[in-house]
Amino acid sequence: MTGDLVVQFLAQGAQMTFVLLIAPLAVGIVRRVKARLMRRQGPPLLQAYFDLAKLLRKESVIAETASWLFRSAPYLIFALTWVAAALVPSFASGLMFNWAADVVALVALLGAARALLALAGMDVGTSFGGIGSSREMMIATLAEPAMMLIVLTLAIAAGTTRLAGVADFFIAEPFAVRVSLALSLIALIIVALAENARIPVDNPATHLELTMVHEAMVLEYSGRHLALIEAASHLKLVLYISLLICLFAPFGMAPANAGVAGWAIGLAAWSVKLLIGAALLGVWEISIAKMRVFRLPDFVGIAFVFGFLAILLAFLTRGVLA
Amino acid sequence: MPGLYASGAALGALAATALLATLVRGGALALVYPLCAVAAIVLGAVDLHVLLTGAEATAQLPIGLPTVGLHLRLDALSAFFGIVINGGVLAASVYGMGFDRAKELTPRVEPLFPLFAAAMNLVLIADDAYAFLFSWELMSLASWALVVARHTDPESRRAAHVYLVMAAIGTMALLFAFGGLAGPAGGYAFDTIRAHPPGPAVAALVLAAALVGCGSKGGLVPLHAWLPLAHPAAPSHVSALMSGVMTKVAIYGFVRIAFDLLGPPAWWWALPPIILGALTAVLGLLYAVLDRDLKRVLAYSTIENVGVIFVALGLALAFRANGQHEAAAVAMAAALLHVLNHSWFKSLLFLGAGAVLHATGRRDLDGLGGLIHRMPRTAVFFLVGALAASALPPLNGFVSEWLLFQAVIAAPALPQAALHFASPAIGAMLALAAALAAACFVRVYGTAFLGRPRSVEANQAHDVPLVQQIAMGGLALLCILGGLLGSLLAMALAPILVDLVGAALPPAGSGPTVFALIAFDPARSVYDAPVIAFFVAIASLTTVLVVHRLSARRTRRGPAWDCGFPDPSPATQYTASSFAQPLRRVYGTAAFAARETVVMPPPGDTRPARFSVVLVDHVWQALYAAPGRAVLGLSERLNTLQFLSIRRYLVLMFAALVILLAIAAVTT
Repeated sequence: MTGDLVVQFLAQGAQMTFVLLIAPLAVGIVRRVKARLMRRQGPPLLQAYFDLAKLLRKESVIAETASWLFRSAPYLIFALTWVAAALVPSFASGLMFNWAADVVALVALLGAARALLALAGMDVGTSFGGIGSSREMMIATLAEPAMMLIVLTLAIAAGTTRLAGVADFFIAEPFAVRVSLALSLIALIIVALAENARIPVDNPATHLELTMVHEAMVLEYSGRHLALIEAASHLKLVLYISLLICLFAPFGMAPANAGVAGWAIGLAAWSVKLLIGAALLGVWEISIAKMRVFRLPDFVGIAFVFGFLAILLAFLTRGVLA
Repeated sequence: MPGLYASGAALGALAATALLATLVRGGALALVYPLCAVAAIVLGAVDLHVLLTGAEATAQLPIGLPTVGLHLRLDALSAFFGIVINGGVLAASVYGMGFDRAKELTPRVEPLFPLFAAAMNLVLIADDAYAFLFSWELMSLASWALVVARHTDPESRRAAHVYLVMAAIGTMALLFAFGGLAGPAGGYAFDTIRAHPPGPAVAALVLAAALVGCGSKGGLVPLHAWLPLAHPAAPSHVSALMSGVMTKVAIYGFVRIAFDLLGPPAWWWALPPIILGALTAVLGLLYAVLDRDLKRVLAYSTIENVGVIFVALGLALAFRANGQHEAAAVAMAAALLHVLNHSWFKSLLFLGAGAVLHATGRRDLDGLGGLIHRMPRTAVFFLVGALAASALPPLNGFVSEWLLFQAVIAAPALPQAALHFASPAIGAMLALAAALAAACFVRVYGTAFLGRPRSVEANQAHDVPLVQQIAMGGLALLCILGGLLGSLLAMALAPILVDLVGAALPPAGSGPTVFALIAFDPARSVYDAPVIAFFVAIASLTTVLVVHRLSARRTRRGPAWDCGFPDPSPATQYTASSFAQPLRRVYGTAAFAARETVVMPPPGDTRPARFSVVLVDHVWQALYAAPGRAVLGLSERLNTLQFLSIRRYLVLMFAALVILLAIAAVTT
């Protein structure tokens, strides 16, 4: 059992490292796809890595009014997001974390990271930090109920809230294509766009004060602190794409007792799916415009309505399909 | 049995302390708090002993109602709530020890504090309706007197007035509830009631009366209106007791009546607590997120948490009525753990608010700011409380939220259509409440403790005395430990769960690790807080080490960047009101008919522009203001009766006599 635990621990560590290493590449692909579709040359694929390296080398300038919270928040935000990303089964469903917490805990871990970031945004005492924090929390109040409805639908379908269990269920029943799952998929995509501050909810590429949300909160950060926050947001993007993959396209994922060979196949399948997901995000982002902040309730509200419809349909069809 | 003697002695000591405190003046009043702390430790230890060993104790005293006597009983349920209450009393007493002998002790507060604590303990050990109602009323009156302690303030007087009216209505409802339970035979002892549960129609009336009675004390919408007035009006350590602890006595009352005395439940009993609870949770936070008074925000958040607990209790009733004991155990464990967790973090937050009030003399959020620099320790403790109240892992608030979500997820298995269609709505409302709680506490902490000071007082604040820091620090530690070791707490609840719903949570050993919290079975849902916390800790430490190794470690302090145009005036920061603006726009227009008006002077005019917001509290308008006006109007009318001539009075008396005689003739 102890030997088993060590292997599990190492596999989990390997997964965490791999997720961390591939995250900036996913962001690079999104940017590259956007640039090419707009007939620009675009930055190199590895630009996100270069940016992180550059930020790490630079000195950190901290506002005079900042407290310890401002300095320690990036580390905690990064760690929380990283652990949350590790909770999502990527290439194998039998890893250590897959029994340690379920999707409710995952949502809450991301919530903790968000609350810390919002607090850090208010710490310096500037108007931009406050504007970002208040908008971010408003968006979260819209996205979180929708997310919970999606979780409920999946839990009803799979009979568990463990992500690995849900993935195993969909691997076992790949043709369980149901209307309610399709609706959940749309809802989850909208939630993912909102949570990752992507277009049309937020534009990660601008610093225009009227539209900023995420960027406004991190405006005061520089150097290594900014690098950590950037890395955390890259991780969060990979997390949500992995979540979509794990729930709606889990084929290829190594089952609970697969050996190293199974893991290798799973890893390859997951990496390909991740990169495809990033490319699709790039296509989506150039085909739609950023929304006004107060139009957002309508947009994220769609996720809520779809989530609700999904769950009602799940109830209605439960007797038929289960 | 020795347990009850020890409890009795401690309660006697509290009463004696109260009496003593009415006799002494000045600095001697400071003795009250150490005595209360000792009594709370004794009472809590007895409760803990009873909960862990299952050694029930009963006693009968020949006082109270003739032929009934006074029944006392300390069972596992009372013991659990006793731990909650005495933990809160202990923290508030330790906090009270730090009061300035010369300035902060008043004969209006100190004698009532031990009385209030003793009354709450009495409610828990009461084993007949008379003892229950007597101690309940004692608790209400003692807390009312504490609310009115600052009677020179018209706000306090108004709060106390509304509270008194609501408390009277609540007690009256409970009187009806116990009347229904006792039945025509009039067996007031709880044992007699248990042996003869009422029929379904009477049970429904009793449940409704219990919801009104306990709901009004706990702050269930729409009976909540007194709570955000009264809780903040009391001195802060008393606010901590009222919000963190007294609301739990209300929940105890509901659990005792609905799960213990009322017999086997019908499934539809679940609907009123679930629906009212979910409404309470969301509405409570919508109020909280728009309010600008630190203590009132905390009081509104209490309303939310009581709503969450009622949802869990309602689900437990539904599962139990359908014989799904495992799911009922999950819901009930969620309710009880939330009772415990809320008492810790809410007491902590109110004590923190008291520290802020003491240091700055202000509780309006828009006058605070930057306290993290001036009150560093209080800031840390308050942060722990705020994150716990936002139900964020790895703190204790999340443990009970997690269990509650597991119960909601199990609700579709209920056979009744009404319940299983309600469950997604409940899940969504609870998630909305959780997200709003995070927004609310980011706003509170961000404006009060972070940023730059917005007033001279906030700029000159200083941390509170060490004893008060210990009180807050102890509670903060409990919030952290409760978050990590929630599974052990859930295990300790097992005897209560078996008593009330017929099953307990799966034993600790059945999960992957001993500390894993398991709902239903390990293959279904697990939350292993220590593993998660351990990995977060490892990940943060690794990050710190690696980043410091890789990066240039140079750090420079400079002026804020603020997109190149930093403004030195702290008035340019986001305030509590501006933070709430997006939320007010999204939710306030529907819930409170929020309207913003901007009055802009014409160009060239140097008068300032004016911005105002109007919010309408529909519940207050419809259920409090309108009946209040009606009562006032009626009494104005009846007032003419005081100014009649003697002839008319004689006619009235004669008419009354004739009517009474006529009634007597008809009925006999």
